[in-house]
Amino acid sequence: MADGKAKSTPLLDIRNLRIEATVYPPGEAPKTITLVHDVSLTLEKGKVLGLIGESGAGKSTIGLSSMGYGRGGVRITGGEVILNGRDILKGGKEGFRKLRGREVCYVAQSAAAAFNPAHRLMDQVVEAALLHGTATRAEAEKRAVALFKKLSLPNPETIGERFPHQVSGGQLQRVMTAMALCSEPDLIVFDEPTTALDVTTQIDVLAAIKDAIRDTHVAALYITHDLAVVAQVSDEIMVLRHGRLVEWGGTRQIIKEPRQEYTNALVSVHEIEHQEQQPGTAPMLSVKNVTAAYGGGHVKVLKNVSVDIFPGQTLAVVGESGSGKSTLARAITGLLPPEQGSVVFDGRTLGNRLADRPKEDLRQLQMIYQMADVAMNPRQTVGTIIGRPLEFYFGMKGRERDKRVAELLDEIEMGKGFIDRYPAELSGGQKQRVCIARSLAAKPKLIICDEVTSALDPLVAHGILKLLLNLQQVEKVAYLFITHDLATVKSIADSIAVMYRGEVVRYGSKSKVLTPPFDAYTDLLLSSVPEMEIGWLEKAIAGRRMESAGN
Amino acid sequence: MLDIRRIPLPSLIGLVLTGLFVLAAIFAPLIAPHGNGEIVGDVWEPMSSTHWLGTDNLGRDLLSRMIYGARITLFIAVLATALSFSLGAILGFSAAVFGGWYDTILSRLVDLLMSIPTLIMGLVVLSVLPSNLVTLILVMGILDSTRVYRLSRAVAVDINVMDYVEAAKLRGEGSGWIIFREILPNALSPLVSELGLRFIYAVLFLSTLSFLGLGVQPPDADWGGMVKENKDGIVFGIPAALIPAAAIAALAISVNLVADWVLNRTTSLKGGRG
Repeated sequence: MADGKAKSTPLLDIRNLRIEATVYPPGEAPKTITLVHDVSLTLEKGKVLGLIGESGAGKSTIGLSSMGYGRGGVRITGGEVILNGRDILKGGKEGFRKLRGREVCYVAQSAAAAFNPAHRLMDQVVEAALLHGTATRAEAEKRAVALFKKLSLPNPETIGERFPHQVSGGQLQRVMTAMALCSEPDLIVFDEPTTALDVTTQIDVLAAIKDAIRDTHVAALYITHDLAVVAQVSDEIMVLRHGRLVEWGGTRQIIKEPRQEYTNALVSVHEIEHQEQQPGTAPMLSVKNVTAAYGGGHVKVLKNVSVDIFPGQTLAVVGESGSGKSTLARAITGLLPPEQGSVVFDGRTLGNRLADRPKEDLRQLQMIYQMADVAMNPRQTVGTIIGRPLEFYFGMKGRERDKRVAELLDEIEMGKGFIDRYPAELSGGQKQRVCIARSLAAKPKLIICDEVTSALDPLVAHGILKLLLNLQQVEKVAYLFITHDLATVKSIADSIAVMYRGEVVRYGSKSKVLTPPFDAYTDLLLSSVPEMEIGWLEKAIAGRRMESAGN
Repeated sequence: MLDIRRIPLPSLIGLVLTGLFVLAAIFAPLIAPHGNGEIVGDVWEPMSSTHWLGTDNLGRDLLSRMIYGARITLFIAVLATALSFSLGAILGFSAAVFGGWYDTILSRLVDLLMSIPTLIMGLVVLSVLPSNLVTLILVMGILDSTRVYRLSRAVAVDINVMDYVEAAKLRGEGSGWIIFREILPNALSPLVSELGLRFIYAVLFLSTLSFLGLGVQPPDADWGGMVKENKDGIVFGIPAALIPAAAIAALAISVNLVADWVLNRTTSLKGGRG
């Protein structure tokens, strides 16, 4: 617990907070569940408290309660939230209105979804300050420009005239931080502000947020599931699980000497031991000098790319957003016919277009998507989703099919009870497992995994990676693993291709690619992966050789 | 599975009323006290124990005519709506899936058809073609299918870019599976709500046509036609024209109550179990 340094009255004091919601489980009467169990915390002026935990730990719910808000039917049913010496839960609607956007501001995870696309950035940044009458328009705009400068946004004088779609994701996230700071609040709630960003962009946003917090002396709640990120910005860390407090202490203590087992599990690095396999003689799939473009050849996204995948092995393709790694997958699958070059599979050249490929070729090449939610038809049951490839490729029907579906569910470590469930009734990790089973059902030789773990919690993602490696042992399937997360690459790959702006800048076996000397881009990628060490951020920024492309 | 106590009250009212209309339509010859064209009394008799709703402009029993009218009205409206939905939805979905020239040509044709006001188009076509039930249903169905096409194409275009449709295409599925198994179940909610509305438009359109003399031909009459037959009575304070009008309104409301309920159930992503 926090050592007794709370001498002055804290800015935010949450006491025994209890938050409940009503759920509607299938086939049962609605019931009330408790999301947050009597959590207390205090935060002093100018300090940053990191809230960390996996999905469903209640970290966002607690964060939002500091502005008296319950998302989606969530109710605050007990406890006190004392901000600036008064209990805000007793203020009623009027009280909340005065509080939000003035004393407490919020930075959302997806800035792209949180900005109104129809208004200019400046209008949205100064809106709260104007509505609360804390500044005139001229003052607020002056303040906003100063904040844009502080957050090292390009063209701080004029960026406010742009619309949200005219700036990049990392920049938008910083504009959102400026928006929160503009009305000079006492407290800012950062809700996973860098989770949706590339590693190379994340480091810039992180540094900008850290500087802004230091210079404006604002207090902050920083919510994330990435312990390495929170270690860079916060003074104290609170670990939550299932809506209960696990551990609360100084940043150094949490990451160096965790007292609880769960914290230890989060802190310890999840390296999966994976013995690198030597490339065989004959590649199973070779991509030969492929060039591909969108918009009728105007926007070249792949330039002369050549890679090989060997049977039963994993090729990881790494790079930031827009580097063309997903486009490579689309070119291989035939969704985007390449302009030049060819894809050779098992000694024969694959048809460029999807329609030119025989069913057998389609079966051998399966794909798993990043967002398992939208990769499954929400109106089909798990049984149909996994069973369809069996019907379609092997003509299995009735009991035979159901038996095989049950076997596949076993393989992905899920029970038979899931056959009749709909995707909406599964958790994120389970959804991704069903997608894996669907691709395995086709008995493919190659599975393309497009960022399959990036939408998942670290511990769940760890489970999925282990499952994929086990399945590789059993089924002798090869993976083309697309990711921006280098930790994943280290634990799963046999060979690595680093992509930057549509070109392969570094390619070879894992040990070769990850051994210095590095080229500038690989170095940037490697150095941008947050490490669980205090002061890493400053070191990494100082040691960089090039700017990230998103800047 | 379906628990009658869990149906909300408005939906229950809608179900009962719609059920009554449908039953009346199916068993018309058994229920109706008199024949459809049978003249049984004086012109515009008031409501009495022998003629519950009074008589019409020719002295026919209004209740009997209402029951027979329900039969014709529902028959034509149901078939026309079914035609417009199957035609509009299948063409709309396929336009979204195939895209390209197919989509362009179909969409422009639909635009062309929509640019002519429906009523005028209907009047012109019906005055040229022989006036029978088949032409009436075809004209109403095709004219209405343009609206359904627009809606279903717009919905399907959004669904067509989802990852699960892409996954189905990668699997090598044919357009039949993609249209009927991937897109249709996910497009059902907007289509069902549109169905409730379109059915009522069909009833009203039929009534309008009959009122103008181009719909159902005498001695048969749908409810719209009966309003026309009895409209002159309103001046003399005789309510005979208002009864079929009220029936149209009641049908409209009850069908939409049912559609809303179906909509609520189909929007659930948990198989209606939640």
